[in-house]
Amino acid sequence: MGMLDKKYHDSNIIIVSLEKALNWARKNSLWYEQFGLACCAIEMMATAASRYDFDRFGILPRSSPRQADVMIVAGTVTLKMASRIERLYEQMSEPRYVISMGSCSNCGGPYWEHGYHVLKGVDKVIPVDVYVPGCPPRPEALLEGFLKLQEKITGETIIGEKDKDLEAVKAEIIDSNKDED
Amino acid sequence: MKTPEEIFEHLTSQFGEDELSFESRDIGQPWIAVQASKIREVSKFLRDEPDLLFNTLMCLSGVHYPKEEELGVAYHLNSTRHNHSIALKVRVPENEPNVPSVESIWKTANWHEREAWDMTGVVFDDHPNHKRILLPEDWEGHPLRKDYVQQEFYQGIPTGE
Amino acid sequence: MTINMGPQHPSTHGVLRLELDLDGEVIKNTRPNIGYLHRCFEKYAEKMDDYSKVVPYTDRMDYVSAMNQEHGYVIAVERMLELEVPERVEYIRVILAELQRIASHLLGIGTFGLDLGAFTPFLYCFTEREKILDIFERTSGARLLYNYFAIGGLIKDVHPDFKKDTAEFTKTLRPVIKELNDLLSTNQIFIKRTANIGVLPEKVALNYGASGPVLRGSGVEWDLRKNDPYSIYDRFEFDIPTGMGEVGTIGDCWDRYIVRVREMEQSLRIIEQALDSMPDEGDVTEAVPKRIRPKEGELYARTETPRGELGYYIISDKSASPYRVKARAPSFVHLGLLPAISKGALIADMVAIVGSIDIVLGEVDR
Ligand code: SF4
Repeated sequence: MGMLDKKYHDSNIIIVSLEKALNWARKNSLWYEQFGLACCAIEMMATAASRYDFDRFGILPRSSPRQADVMIVAGTVTLKMASRIERLYEQMSEPRYVISMGSCSNCGGPYWEHGYHVLKGVDKVIPVDVYVPGCPPRPEALLEGFLKLQEKITGETIIGEKDKDLEAVKAEIIDSNKDED
Repeated sequence: MKTPEEIFEHLTSQFGEDELSFESRDIGQPWIAVQASKIREVSKFLRDEPDLLFNTLMCLSGVHYPKEEELGVAYHLNSTRHNHSIALKVRVPENEPNVPSVESIWKTANWHEREAWDMTGVVFDDHPNHKRILLPEDWEGHPLRKDYVQQEFYQGIPTGE
Repeated sequence: MTINMGPQHPSTHGVLRLELDLDGEVIKNTRPNIGYLHRCFEKYAEKMDDYSKVVPYTDRMDYVSAMNQEHGYVIAVERMLELEVPERVEYIRVILAELQRIASHLLGIGTFGLDLGAFTPFLYCFTEREKILDIFERTSGARLLYNYFAIGGLIKDVHPDFKKDTAEFTKTLRPVIKELNDLLSTNQIFIKRTANIGVLPEKVALNYGASGPVLRGSGVEWDLRKNDPYSIYDRFEFDIPTGMGEVGTIGDCWDRYIVRVREMEQSLRIIEQALDSMPDEGDVTEAVPKRIRPKEGELYARTETPRGELGYYIISDKSASPYRVKARAPSFVHLGLLPAISKGALIADMVAIVGSIDIVLGEVDR
């Protein structure tokens, strides 16, 4: 909120590039999509509740993907759920961001070895902007993730495209998987 | 309150000794092994007999015994009236894993039997909704079998790393 | 008309999907569709090369009451090994389990209110819950998933201030429960939305295998801590609150809710008694076996978690890893009876009914 902390006695005009002004507005009203998957969602709720208080960063829950700017993938993504996550992501309007919260959605977490029904990382189906490690990450860690996302937004140009076409990204991922095999 | 031995005696006086046997191992709880074809009758008797009144089915689990090439189902019953409990067990061959459903006796069995089918592949005859429950319908194999091999892709998504 | 609710619905408490057949606004049939969080717990239990390595996975089953899940599992394995646990460990375990019960109920009540549009109680509940998590964190090092109970004891001794912290907390919680009653339990809007809704008669509850607050809400006095005492619960005095239909019918959503509120008070009583008689000295790790290899056999051990009867059915074949572990999860069973109690309800009441049975999807799907 740096800009508003200063006092502007003599003049009430601020000259700033449009891009900066928009980015400033965007980064301070990151509305997240309200849905949880597993244990990490409980910590997400705790972050939103009394002690850690998401609201002070302008981070509010929205129940509809259409109104959300950021999706927190909080918990284990199973194969049954993967296609739903993909669809939710597609329903969000641009610009959209994804925070992957917890080891499970980062890479499969405790279920990476024998978890036949667990997707080993949500980045296999949707692009991720910020990874928050931990099992579960502490609320402070999730907040740090949001601060990182704000940093990222500050540096963005609005006219340029944010990310490549989703299909292209997916194709790339599948290709790289094949290479590894 | 009755001990498992007494419950077994009560059962044999009704059904004879041919289809029932009392089994136990070094530790843990004993159980009554029941022939698959008899399980529904035995269950009904256990539920309705005034001295037994097993009004809840606590747990129903499917087990795979690859050495004997058999599948098993374990029923854990409890009576809130008499505060006693008992375990029943049914074993069926792998190639013909049919067990009569006890859904009509305890409604708990509905989901538990679906889970046992999903995880181990026991088929429950006369079940009203015999479908997978946890895994998607188009999943391959039954994960809790000891010889389960994980499929590599599910709907184009890799299941491994 | 058929509509779909979930799996990412803000008030389904996780990834639950419900298919509702409607006639106007009245629900004709409900088909719960689960498995969106199936994390292969039972497979993991078989694959671990040591009984104690299963404990972290039990945490993740019902992540809202991890201590109770661990408690159930370690009790089951200890019975297989015929192991005696030191006195002090039993006391610490009971205190932690009861604290966890309170924390879990606070979360359940808070989100139940939230589902029905009451935001303030949610914040109050979370403030108190954080205090419990602080005690847990100082003791075990983690806020949510602890891995603190070991087979035969505890991983390490409690924090030196444990007794003091807990005693302080019990004092602060009582007034909050009263406040909660004023704010939510007797709130007319809340009563209108929960009384006479989702009625579960006793007979149906038993036939569907209900347990815990859901069964007690229907007026059945059944609590495993009293009816099949494990650990040292037989030493404490406490009551079993049951639903009495004070504002509606016995077994409605309000009854299930109020049972949870009253259970918190009973848990406080247990904690206070346990704090009084808990031994101050003693090694909590002395009975932890180096090698865990039970003899051949099987058992079903059940404990009372905040949600109901948690049973572990364990088969041992003399090897170091369990042959089969089946977890009988109360939420799984309770979700199974959802179609029975939601028939004929209005679609808006579905949210109240789902909230009142207080499910945790991690436990439903395992
Ligand atoms: S990362 Fe850990 S806490 Fe988060 S969902 Fe996975 S198992 Fe649960």
